[in-house]
Amino acid sequence: MDGANTAWILTSTALVLFMTLPGLALFYAGLVRSQNVLSVLMHCFSIACLMSVLWLVLGYSLAFADGTSWIGGLQKAFLSNVGKDALSGDIPETVFFMFQMTFAIITPALIVGAYPERIKFSAVLLFSAIWLILVYAPVTHWIWGGGWLSDMGVLDFAGGLVVHLTAGASALLLARHLGGRRGFPHELRPPHNPGMTMAGACMLWVGWFGFNAGSALTASGDAGMAMLVTHISAATASLVWLVIEWVKFGKPSLIGIVTGTIAGLATITPASGFVGPIGALIIGFAGGVVCYYAVGIVKQKLKIDDSLDVFAVHGVGGALGTLLVAFLVDTSFGGAGLVEGTTMGSQFMIQLIGIVAVLVWSLIATFVIIQIVKAITGLRVSEEEELEGLDITAHGESGYNL
Amino acid sequence: MKFITAIIQPYKLDVVREALSELNIEGMTVTEVRGYGRQGGHTEHYRGSEYTIQYVPKIKLEVAVADGLAERTVDAIQNAAQTGKIGDGKVFVLDLESVMRVRTGETGEAAL
Repeated sequence: MDGANTAWILTSTALVLFMTLPGLALFYAGLVRSQNVLSVLMHCFSIACLMSVLWLVLGYSLAFADGTSWIGGLQKAFLSNVGKDALSGDIPETVFFMFQMTFAIITPALIVGAYPERIKFSAVLLFSAIWLILVYAPVTHWIWGGGWLSDMGVLDFAGGLVVHLTAGASALLLARHLGGRRGFPHELRPPHNPGMTMAGACMLWVGWFGFNAGSALTASGDAGMAMLVTHISAATASLVWLVIEWVKFGKPSLIGIVTGTIAGLATITPASGFVGPIGALIIGFAGGVVCYYAVGIVKQKLKIDDSLDVFAVHGVGGALGTLLVAFLVDTSFGGAGLVEGTTMGSQFMIQLIGIVAVLVWSLIATFVIIQIVKAITGLRVSEEEELEGLDITAHGESGYNL
Repeated sequence: MKFITAIIQPYKLDVVREALSELNIEGMTVTEVRGYGRQGGHTEHYRGSEYTIQYVPKIKLEVAVADGLAERTVDAIQNAAQTGKIGDGKVFVLDLESVMRVRTGETGEAAL
């Protein structure tokens, strides 16, 4: 057991939980109408609680216990046979379990951005619970749990595929089946509190140091470089988004710059342990540009109300970073170097297979989950409830009382 | 007596209040309101999407004055609140039937 590594992963675990509670919750809550602010906070909070329990009961075992190439076994359900002295690498398995749990929390919580202001609360819980088991746990096993994509050599340092693409793809499909918010796309109410969104984005940024640098699983130069490239990519993408808005609309907005931050963070995630500072600048630049235009394509061309742009920012960013790492990992870009026996071209093909596999599985499984949820709880609240807002109609509380 | 209601740009409130103080108008009621006139709201951009803000924030200012002061009050509000651009607001003047000061029970112009 290595004390330094253990201390860093304990710290990272706290940082990544802080990303969801309250970072992501505030980030999303500022973007909705004031009548729905509490419902979004509730979605993130209750998902965090429910995923924690499911991770202990079943999720961790399916993701990380020895099993087949496709799914882990059940021997670690309820953490059976895992005592406090059990090790995962050179850190306690309890610490590894907790660190990975915080990822299993934030991933379904990211999908909250697809469906706010109109979904039934019961549907949120049911969808997220089944999704953790059918999408998150198997994909995690494929890539980080010794499954087929990890055997193939897919590079996904901290979850471009496992976290961002799974959440983004599922968000897009769920938003399509749920239908748009009342008034979408031309008569929507603007974000009710951009300052709240900025505060949440800041917590996400800081928390992301645990997410990416923690994924090194060591207190080492690998973690240091991962933190460095994470930060540079976030800053670069923020500036890119700012410049695009400034040129296009004449005014750079707060919501714009912080959305750029998240795009830069999502895009660097799969690459964060493999690239160097120059790679981080390139990834940040690419993430800012591509995610900006992806938002417009989803909302205006596809006319899908993925309300808070989960697919455009997380799905597209995660996939983009997963592709770019094939080139930027090379030492010529200051990266850690290609795995022996691979070329940029062959690694790119492996990355592409990873993206297609994760995308297809996420969509198929999400389609099935949507049918189940439709049959059991239904997806959408009534028009009257939507008009009045979910805070009062679903939770009996108001965000702002005079 | 007249009851004057003015809808003005929020950032013009301070200069309007100063102009009315110069006329020795000793009280007013101010409310933050939303509405639209000929400008028909405005647009804002978030993440590249255009949002139409139909109800624009304004200030509603209410004063009660003696008949002789009404015209000068309206002029003072206009002079202070005018920018010449669409969205400057409106002033409504109504006849005021009676006034009573709650503390003393005085009525009429003595209560203004």
